[in-house]
Amino acid sequence: MMTTELLIAFLASTAGAATPLVVASMGELVTERSGVLNLGMEGMMLIGAVVGFGVTLGTGSMIVGLLAAAAAGMLMSLIFGFLVLTLQTNQVATGLALTLFGIGASAFIGQGFVGQTVAPMPHLHFPLLSEIPFIGPLLFRFDAMVYASVALVVAIGWMLARTRLGLIIRAVGESPHSAHAIGFPVIGLRYGTVLFGGALAGLGGAYLSLALTPMWVEGMTAGRGWIALAQVVFATWKPRGVLVGAYLFGGVTMLQFHGQGMGLAIPSEFLSMLPYLATIVVLVIICRNPQTILLNKPMSLGQNFKPD
Amino acid sequence: MSRLERRPEPSRRMMLASPLIAAVAMLFTGSLLFFFIGQEPLHAFYVYFVKPWTTLYSVGELLLKATPLILCGVGLAIGFRANVNNIGADGQLTIGAICAGAVALYFDEVQAWWVLPLMLLAGAVGGMLWAAIPALLRTRFNTSEILVSLMLVYVAYHLLSYLVHGPMRDPAGFNFPQSKMFSESATLPLLVEGLRVNAAFILSLLAAGAAWFFCKHTFAGYRMQVSGMAPAAALYAGFSEPRNVWLAFMVSGALAGIAGVGEVAGPLGQLQPSVSPGYGFAAIIVAYVGRLHPLGVVLSAVLMSLLYIGGETAQIELQTPSAITGIFQGLLLFYLLAADLFIHYRIKPHKRVAGVPA
Repeated sequence: MMTTELLIAFLASTAGAATPLVVASMGELVTERSGVLNLGMEGMMLIGAVVGFGVTLGTGSMIVGLLAAAAAGMLMSLIFGFLVLTLQTNQVATGLALTLFGIGASAFIGQGFVGQTVAPMPHLHFPLLSEIPFIGPLLFRFDAMVYASVALVVAIGWMLARTRLGLIIRAVGESPHSAHAIGFPVIGLRYGTVLFGGALAGLGGAYLSLALTPMWVEGMTAGRGWIALAQVVFATWKPRGVLVGAYLFGGVTMLQFHGQGMGLAIPSEFLSMLPYLATIVVLVIICRNPQTILLNKPMSLGQNFKPD
Repeated sequence: MSRLERRPEPSRRMMLASPLIAAVAMLFTGSLLFFFIGQEPLHAFYVYFVKPWTTLYSVGELLLKATPLILCGVGLAIGFRANVNNIGADGQLTIGAICAGAVALYFDEVQAWWVLPLMLLAGAVGGMLWAAIPALLRTRFNTSEILVSLMLVYVAYHLLSYLVHGPMRDPAGFNFPQSKMFSESATLPLLVEGLRVNAAFILSLLAAGAAWFFCKHTFAGYRMQVSGMAPAAALYAGFSEPRNVWLAFMVSGALAGIAGVGEVAGPLGQLQPSVSPGYGFAAIIVAYVGRLHPLGVVLSAVLMSLLYIGGETAQIELQTPSAITGIFQGLLLFYLLAADLFIHYRIKPHKRVAGVPA
């Protein structure tokens, strides 16, 4: 039987597992809304994880570490942007190259950090609120990134739906040719969304190495970059969907750590497969109706645009 | 400022030259990287890229490493030509290795000629079944084959890990997570005594030859090529997209599965927690650098194999980190994609008209 304490521990750890996905997916969502498909998420997250960890280790400041991780993710996405936006390379192939490069480069940068640890991101403590039974540990004892990630979803949702910038991003994603004809700087704007996506991917990666497991392990994203990509499809390119999806997946991921306590007599390897299998199942459910995808997917996604 | 001008026709010369440009650019950046980590660039360059060619043994190692890259790369290239993006070859390879391993362990006591062919068959079928999942989901439910095939890579890794920790673990293996060593009849014959390169290399060359014939001389190959280059024309001609997807995944799944057999029945000789250091992913680069052409894939697989072997040599002799290999792989693909620009565009210097300030 599942006790209340176990339930609280399970639900609270779900937020931790969901947060890197929320942050990274929101970056990719904005990038994709402008019509650019960056498959380099896994590589950018790994670079963010290693740089965030290394800089925090070196400077002793987690804030500096997070900023460095965001900058490193941006630098990675700048390579992608230059190839795809300026040199007009194939987006799928370039994104794969970015991931492969990120896997190698992060392992290279991170050799010196193996086996070291930093103090994990501190959990906040709100007077009174954190003390409420059940609700307190469930809602008011997380680290700052958990709250920031939810705020990010709200902010980006508002930006895309209600602001002029959001309108332009959506217009460029739907029809770069029309947007260009009206006079919007398509390439410049896409550079902006690609860099923004890189920064958030870097932050999402850094959350893994600074909060979730405060250390560096080679390939520690373990496919989360790809799951973040799937999240955007799952959310049908809508910010609130990312939040729902990420918490769903966070819960599935946490089953492997709490499975035994819950009395699930399944080998741990099978529980570890669950997030990947769940991703496939959810993708099938979302994609099986072509109308849903067609109505929501940015029309120019994955296609290059060259103003002549 | 100079600007890019679209060529009226894609340049054939650039199409052949761009892999070479990419390789040279990668070597140049590599030397810079050696310099920055405190190595004497020329010496490091020699150790990394030239030394593997200087002894017969290391040439054998080059061909051994090239084998899974050719097998996976040829299969992936056929799909990429038709815009079918199978990114999960590493998973298909792993499942192939598992299936072959199951056969080898089941017939452990049997010393017969048919064990090895049966393993190859099991590996190919296993790879195909694993590849059938993304193919089915794409054709039936419109699900991105990129994401599905990739997710299945992690599922395959965990499955292998479960098996070598549990049902397939060597009972007399002191609890190490690995299977029993395969028997003589479940091991691929060596090509040359003293070298580790085995019969799988011949299979990989046959696969490349067959793929070349398929692309060049069969209607199905032609159909796939048209679908990749001109989807609208393919649609108009009534070429079926699902058929292309299935064909691409079945071929690449079978070849990746055979690559897995080549590893466990070759240099490894048993099932281990990991059978591939990412050959399925490196094969993506191999396919692109090989211009998605079967014979190009063979050449680029040898180049990629050189990166692995050179990385190992440099690790031993210069204590350079092995992760450099991954960086070189990524750089190679970046440079290739960038150099491909010149297939379709040429640089035109900006003309300054007299009297008009630029």
